[in-house]
This record gives sequence, C-alpha cells and structure tokens, in this order.
Amino acid sequence: MSASAGVSAQGLRCCRGARSIVAGVDLDVPAGTRLAVVGPNGAGKSTLLRALAGLDAPAGGAILVDGADLRRMSARRRALTIAFVGQEERPSGELTVAEAVGLGRTPYRQPWSVAAAEDRGIIDGALDAVGLGGWGNRPCTQLSGGERHRVVLARALAQQTAVLVLDEPTNHLDAAWRLRLMQVLDQLECTVIAAMHDLDLVLRHFDAVAVVADGGILAHGPPTEVLDPGLLRKVFEVAGDVVPHPQTGLPYLLLTDVDPASN
Amino acid sequence: MQKTAVPTTRRLRAGPLTALLAVLTAVSILLSVAFGAEHIPIGDVWRTIVGRLGGDVADAAYDVIIWDLRLPRSVLAAVVGAGLALAGALMQALVRNPLAEPYLLGVSAGAAVGATAVMTLGTLAGLGVWALSGGALLGALVATVTVYTVARAQGGLTALRLILSGVVLSSAFMALSSLLVFTAGDPHAAEGVMFWMLGSVAGATWAKVPLAGAVVAITLAAMIAIHSWLDAYAAGTDTATSLGVPVRGLRTTLFVIQGVLVGVLVAVSGGIGFVGLIVPHAARLVVGATHRAMLPVAVCGGALFLVWVDVVSRVAAAPREMPLGILTGLIGAPIFLFLMGRRRYEFGNSS
Repeated sequence: MSASAGVSAQGLRCCRGARSIVAGVDLDVPAGTRLAVVGPNGAGKSTLLRALAGLDAPAGGAILVDGADLRRMSARRRALTIAFVGQEERPSGELTVAEAVGLGRTPYRQPWSVAAAEDRGIIDGALDAVGLGGWGNRPCTQLSGGERHRVVLARALAQQTAVLVLDEPTNHLDAAWRLRLMQVLDQLECTVIAAMHDLDLVLRHFDAVAVVADGGILAHGPPTEVLDPGLLRKVFEVAGDVVPHPQTGLPYLLLTDVDPASN
Repeated sequence: MQKTAVPTTRRLRAGPLTALLAVLTAVSILLSVAFGAEHIPIGDVWRTIVGRLGGDVADAAYDVIIWDLRLPRSVLAAVVGAGLALAGALMQALVRNPLAEPYLLGVSAGAAVGATAVMTLGTLAGLGVWALSGGALLGALVATVTVYTVARAQGGLTALRLILSGVVLSSAFMALSSLLVFTAGDPHAAEGVMFWMLGSVAGATWAKVPLAGAVVAITLAAMIAIHSWLDAYAAGTDTATSLGVPVRGLRTTLFVIQGVLVGVLVAVSGGIGFVGLIVPHAARLVVGATHRAMLPVAVCGGALFLVWVDVVSRVAAAPREMPLGILTGLIGAPIFLFLMGRRRYEFGNSS
C-alpha cells in the first residue's frame, strides 16, 4: 500500500433513511493533502465522512480512491486503504490499551491468526505518536475520556492506511492535546479528511476546506480564501475575521460576536 | 505529563488456565460419579469405568448406576455448562450488551412452548423418549426463525432491534406456554413444566451426549477461527466495518449459530439460567476480553461449574432432585459479585 492515496467524490448523494442529507458533492482530495470538512451542526458532515470512509454506501455518485471505485473494493481491501475514527468512539473496556490499538491490525491478518511480531512495533509506534508510549498494558477502563480518544486514534494509525478519515478528532481533547493532535496529523504521510469544528485550527493545519451547508458543498478551497467574514456570517452566523499573528504572521481566526443579524 | 503510576492489568495466562480447568473438569466428572442418592466409593467408580473401557462389567449393580446413569449425566452437565458459557459469550458479543444471556432472543421461551406442548397435549408422542427434546428443539428453532424474521422485517439485525424483538417475542412465547398449562387437564402439568424450565440433566443418557457435544465443539472451533473478527465486532459495528470485518454476514452467522446451539442445549437440559450470563463475565475478569483468551476459559469454566452444580443438585435435597436453575442462581450470584467487586469492571463502551 502506498503511503497516501487521492480521494475524489463525483456527484455524491448521501441519504439517512429516506432523507437526502447532502447531494451533488464533487470533491477532489489529492494524495497526501489534508481536507477539513466544516459546517454548522446537523449540516451532514458525519454523513459525508461515513460515505467517504466506505461505512455507508452512497445513494448516488461514486467515490474513487486512487481511481479505484470504493464500492467495488472488498471490505478487507478497503480497510487496508481507509481508516475511520467516529465521533463518540471509545475503546471497549476490559481490553488493554495495546489490545485496543492492536484491533487496527485486523485487516492485515486472517481472522484466526494472532498478532504478528511486527505488529508489536507498529502498535508501540502508534501509541508513541499519541503520547501514550509505555501505556500498552493498562486497562482502557483506567483512562480518561481524552486518553480513550487518543487510543482510538492510535488504532487508526496502527491500521497504516493511505487515507485517514476522522470525525471531529479534537473532541474530548484538552487545549494542549488539540494542538499536539494537529502536529501528529501534520507529520502523517497519508491523506487526511477530518470533520472540524475548530475553524482556527483548520486555517493553519489543513490544505483545503470544504464547507458543508444547505445539503451540499457550499465552498471548497484553501482555508484562508474560503473562511472569509462573509462566509463565516452566512454559514456559521458569527462575526469574525482572519488576522495574521503579530510575530509569526500565521493566520488566526478572531471571532468577535454571534452575528447580530442571525437572531 | 505522565501521571502517577497506574497499576497495569493483573491477568492470568489463558493457555495454562484453560488446561488447568480442562483437567479439573475431567477429574471432577470422575469424582462426581461417587455422589448421589447412594454414595459409591471412588475406588469402585474407578474400577467400574476402567472395567467398562476394557470391555467387561465389574459389578452389575454399580455398573448400571455408574455407567448408565451418573457418568452420562456428569458428562452432559459438562457439555451443557460449556455450551451455555459459549452461547452467553457469543450473545454478549452479538448484541454488545453485558446483560445479554443465551436465552435473550427467545430461544428458551420457544423451546418451553415446544416442551410444554409435549407435556400437556402429548404432541410428538410418536418420538417416544425423544418427544420432549424434539419438541423443545423444534420450539427453539421456530422461535429463532421468528425473531430473525421480525428483526429483519423491521430494518435489520441491529443490537437494539434484536434485543427488543427477542424480549417481546419471549414474553409472547411464555404466555403461550402458560396458556397451554392453564388449559391442560393434568393438574401436575404446571409442576412438570416448571421443573423443566429450571433445567436439569437428570434425564441424561449416552444418546444425548454426542449431538450436544458435537454442536458445542464445532461452535467453539468456529468462533476461535474468527476470534479477531469477534474482537473487532465487540468494539462496535462502525469500528468493525472500518476494520474490514464483514459485519452483516458475521451478525447473521452468529445469530444462526446461537439459535442452533442454544436450541440443542435447551432440548437436552431445559432452561438452566445464569451460567451463560456470569461465566463469560468471570472469564473476562480473569483473562481479559479478547475472545481468543476468553472463550476457551469460559467454556472450560462453565463445564467445571455445572458438573459440581449437578452434584449439589442430587445431594442437597436427596432423594429429591433439585433443578439446576435454582442452584446456578444461588451459587453463581455471590461468586460473580465477589469477582466483580475485586476490581473495576467495565463491559463494552458502558461505564
């Protein structure tokens, strides 16, 4: 498996039951880039991500991973290509941290075989990446919410896929770990698609942003271009602006108020 | 950044523990034969069994009690205990709920309808001594198919839908059994049905051992063969899907296997409760929740447990037989509470 793969959606339509959530989605995520999917609550970010990760079959359109149709892939092939971490996912209790992370190696082996010798190193590496090195033998029951979330992230890293799909990965993480997680993502070679609420982080850590609203992709492009005051007001109902940091010159999002016009 | 030292898990190794439990079960089966309405010295037990295996009969009176009555009974108790523990572990994985037990999906309630029909209406009388087992098995399979069809028609075999369909249909089946008892002419029908539902291996014969034994052994082998899929499935259906596990197929397979396994167990022993609920949890507490470690320990532990429960059942109120369901509840609950209190225990994603 190559280190990263390009993902493209063509005319994608996703439904929840009979209700259409997003339609007419055309997205192109070049190999090795980071795409943030943003939008207000209930806009359909999760639904779109689940389709892109191959968890739910789309109602229409196609998803291509390095040109290969996701629907034609076997479940195992897909698991070797795309890893997914859900929003409220937590490791099952009574597993040790290493066992929970080791689940990520499932697609690499037959269902009856046990962990290979090389898995040990991969699991340790994934734990190191999320700052849980040496925690392998602890039971997941003794972890805090944020630590559990990092265990689940480590599982996805141990899956060593070309594409990583994360639904709100910064949830449950404290201020320091939000920033550390972004550093972890920055260092990954694989393609990353993540639903994000923290627009400020999107500005500095993602190559592109797709704004999901009103049942489709409202805007798509580099974060500093897309997240302008007009869009912030229209989609997120907040007044704000992107300003450069006085020392580093990096873009930061300054939210000043809930948009008065929205009430 | 590192917190103060958190104790790592203290677990027993699954391999040696499984071997120990298996040996203990084999020894227990031999010892258990000495107990009953008439106590038989263990030396005579040994001589009779060795003599039988060698092809001759040592003592005719002991031979009947030991070889034809008590030994098949102890062996069947071990098989049923193993099977119930296995079924419980699978059910807890299938619906991802710590309260799940083998009878959750209405299999035992369906079996009860079949058994009650045999006892009160004389259905299947043509099967002779197999009528009760046959009726129970038939009822169990009908219940399995019904629950499957209902859950399927409502939109799929999700955990919640399975539980709800199972619980509702269980109640309906129980009502049907009660109706049969209520309308029966025989005043002793209620007593017979109650004894059957509480479970017993008193009716064991060698003929009942191979089928139940084969079903339990095949199921165990099949589940060990997909142990890593079971681990992934237990982490949630989304997680399992993203890890490449064929979730739908696995769920249907587990459901069907569960129906046949529990159906056969209930057919040979009635509805022995509690074993399928507590033994898998006890196994997880001792060796952790990975199925490769936990299933063999649960199976051997369930076998050992039920062999001794059956011994108690025939000496506690001798010469009367006590239903196994009474004892599994009375013995099992304190053991389980003790295990659970010893450490923080969490199942699945519940906290």
